[in-house]
Amino acid sequence: MRSWNGNVVKGQVRAVTESGVIKSIVVPAHPHPYLVPEQNEGWGRLRAAFDSAREEIENSDADLLIIYSTLWPSIIGHQIQADPNPEWIFVDHDFHDVGSIPYSFDIDSKFAEAWDEANKKRGLQSRTVAYHGFPIDGGSVVALKLLNPDNRIPAVICSSNIYSNRSETTVLAKACLDALKEQGRKAVAVVVMSLSNRMFTEPIDASDDKIHSLKDDEWNNKILEFLGDGRLEDVAQLSRNIHSQIRVQKVVSFKPMWWLSGMNGQHNNFTGRVLAYEALHGAGGGVVILDPSGDGVGDKEYDEDDVEFYQGDRSVLDSVMAETIAEEEVQIESEESSEDIETSLLMALAKEQQSEHGPELWEPTEGDGQHSTEKAPKPVGPYPHARKVGDLLYLSGVGPRQADSNDIPGGPIKDEEGETLDYDIEAQTKACIENVKTILETSGSSLDNVLDVTSFLIDMDRDFKGYNKVYGEYFAEIGATRTTLAVRALPTPIAVELKVIAKA
Amino acid sequence: MSKTHRPCGVYMAEGGIVAAALAPHPPHLVYAENPEQNEPTSEGGWEQLRWGYERLRNSLKDVEYDVIVILSPHWQTYVGTHFLGVEHFKSLSVDPIFPNLFRFHYDMNVDVELAKAIHDMAKEDGMSVKMMENPDFRVDYGTIVSCHMVRPQWDKPVVAISSNRSRHYYSVEVMQEMMMQLGESTRKAIEASGKRALVIASNSLSHRHFTTETAVPEDMSKEHITSHAMHLWDMRMIEMMRSGKAREVLDMMPEFVEQSIAEADGGALTWMLSALEVPETPAILHGYGTIIGTGNAIMEWKCGEGAGESGD
Repeated sequence: MRSWNGNVVKGQVRAVTESGVIKSIVVPAHPHPYLVPEQNEGWGRLRAAFDSAREEIENSDADLLIIYSTLWPSIIGHQIQADPNPEWIFVDHDFHDVGSIPYSFDIDSKFAEAWDEANKKRGLQSRTVAYHGFPIDGGSVVALKLLNPDNRIPAVICSSNIYSNRSETTVLAKACLDALKEQGRKAVAVVVMSLSNRMFTEPIDASDDKIHSLKDDEWNNKILEFLGDGRLEDVAQLSRNIHSQIRVQKVVSFKPMWWLSGMNGQHNNFTGRVLAYEALHGAGGGVVILDPSGDGVGDKEYDEDDVEFYQGDRSVLDSVMAETIAEEEVQIESEESSEDIETSLLMALAKEQQSEHGPELWEPTEGDGQHSTEKAPKPVGPYPHARKVGDLLYLSGVGPRQADSNDIPGGPIKDEEGETLDYDIEAQTKACIENVKTILETSGSSLDNVLDVTSFLIDMDRDFKGYNKVYGEYFAEIGATRTTLAVRALPTPIAVELKVIAKA
Repeated sequence: MSKTHRPCGVYMAEGGIVAAALAPHPPHLVYAENPEQNEPTSEGGWEQLRWGYERLRNSLKDVEYDVIVILSPHWQTYVGTHFLGVEHFKSLSVDPIFPNLFRFHYDMNVDVELAKAIHDMAKEDGMSVKMMENPDFRVDYGTIVSCHMVRPQWDKPVVAISSNRSRHYYSVEVMQEMMMQLGESTRKAIEASGKRALVIASNSLSHRHFTTETAVPEDMSKEHITSHAMHLWDMRMIEMMRSGKAREVLDMMPEFVEQSIAEADGGALTWMLSALEVPETPAILHGYGTIIGTGNAIMEWKCGEGAGESGD
């Protein structure tokens, strides 16, 4: 039995418009553009770029600023700042001689809590932190002071786990999207990071600042060329190469692009603008703005499986985490009856996780005369499996997908790249009719009561014979009326679907 | 029992390094001690290490020293080595990684004179150095934890030295060369100052953390080394130090750092052993234990008349 994941690309692109991330910004972490922009023309240009980015944020309808900073490392999972008003004075460990930065920020603690909960639902170790005197990292301080100087909109800050890999970082972003969707927020996503991060190890005159090496400069320009073309996902996929070429280990590796791409649905459809690129004591600092766009250079190029839930090596202590995940799953199951749309989406995500593919699934609607069953495949929209009116039972279109796995007997008609696959129409037709039979029987009817069938085939020439053969095996003795139509496509990658009316 | 070994350092009645210690700084230890300065409270935990620190403190009771000189890997600098250059710090230290465990109100004095002397000596020896003179600066929690566990009275001034992270730009070998030089400069400056110094390397051994935390952080039923390989490395390094084989420790350092993700990559241990002139004195093991999976040893090097006493 083959699986299908051909709708992932469509789903990912769709996420751009629904995620709530309306703009993404890349900024450097050093304090120089804030504290001493006048000491170096390049630092001044970075400051001007920060100011331009700030104006764009102010002119947008963003209601949340989300900061992912490489300067806040974490070990125990992911930490999210939740102190509603953190206040302190920041002094850089290296550049303490350029000054101090007093700060007082407006943190959206409710969103922080929601993100934390979403993290846990997706299997991540996560916690919020809200302690007086907590040392907000320098990168976040500089970003918030320059991009949101009057706390015009609330912010949230997330740590960068030193052990997290791409999948974990991507899940962290997807959990953030869950929280955004739940709260209906419009956010600007900000990553704080250097490009090349090798600095000069000796003090230098500010006027002598330059990128540490030609090699670093070349890589920085390549990264910025990609981002300028809106190719965020491509940069994310190059992260490991970039890290090995122009990043020294320091505390965390080049993870921000994984997170930022995850926040945007992992694609390349952006309008990118590089506002500035300058040296910061040898490191590369860029200010880049990425706006979602439908006319980018292309979609995601897969080099590894996408991931919705984190199931990594968190269970190193004992089985606690495994139990926690199991509890989360039970919790999701128990919430099915709540009719909560978010729960339905979570169920859909859980189902995708089980089968590793598939379109977005919905909980069947419920109402007067409506009937649905867990033994039939989940709908792909807001409808029930069947509806009784008078003495008649009207069934929604029924395909061959399996209730528990979402797999397609006989195989899907195309793969994730949209390439046509060979499939077994007889197996698909048989599975279709079995699903019809299940729905009828759980509604108190039976296949024998079918009055009328409308069949949809995506390839009449290829499939009619096989479909007709299996149909005959079930319906020859029943005598239901039938109409068979050829259609261009069905919502899922199946070749046949039946629409049935039966006696109740 | 006294043995015949070349004593560490050059003991001078007028001054010099009088003792040295490997004193790891996981904030869990302060959390478990429940000192009044720390906001969170605990039910204890990590007793083997905390009792190790107790043994170290008892061992140092008869050692007269004027100043604690410490290098902490949690003050990370990339533009050379920095020294605290403000006479007094009083503030709140919150660990950004374990804020649930460590929110410590510190009040410490800095021996700026000695710090400047070491700074100047290192500069004269060709190193990139800088004094940290911003009064708003927050002292790193590594310095605070190690100092508190060694001397909870907080009655000795401190010279705090940053961890020059050149290893990240170059290699462990380059770090070693730089820290060997810094250790020598430190020793010369201390001796020239006429002060008696306790030198502390604030770092753990193997450094692979667990990435989960139990509901009760001090639940010792979940505490153990992350892997057998890490244990073997820790024991190998401890055994060499217990045997007075500091030179072999230094020779082994690059491999140790690579294979055990050792925090010694920050240079503290190398710096201290260099300051002690690569001692053949057996170190005293006061305690070993793990903290969220990392390996931690509390070890002491006696200098001068007490050198060579085996305390373990």
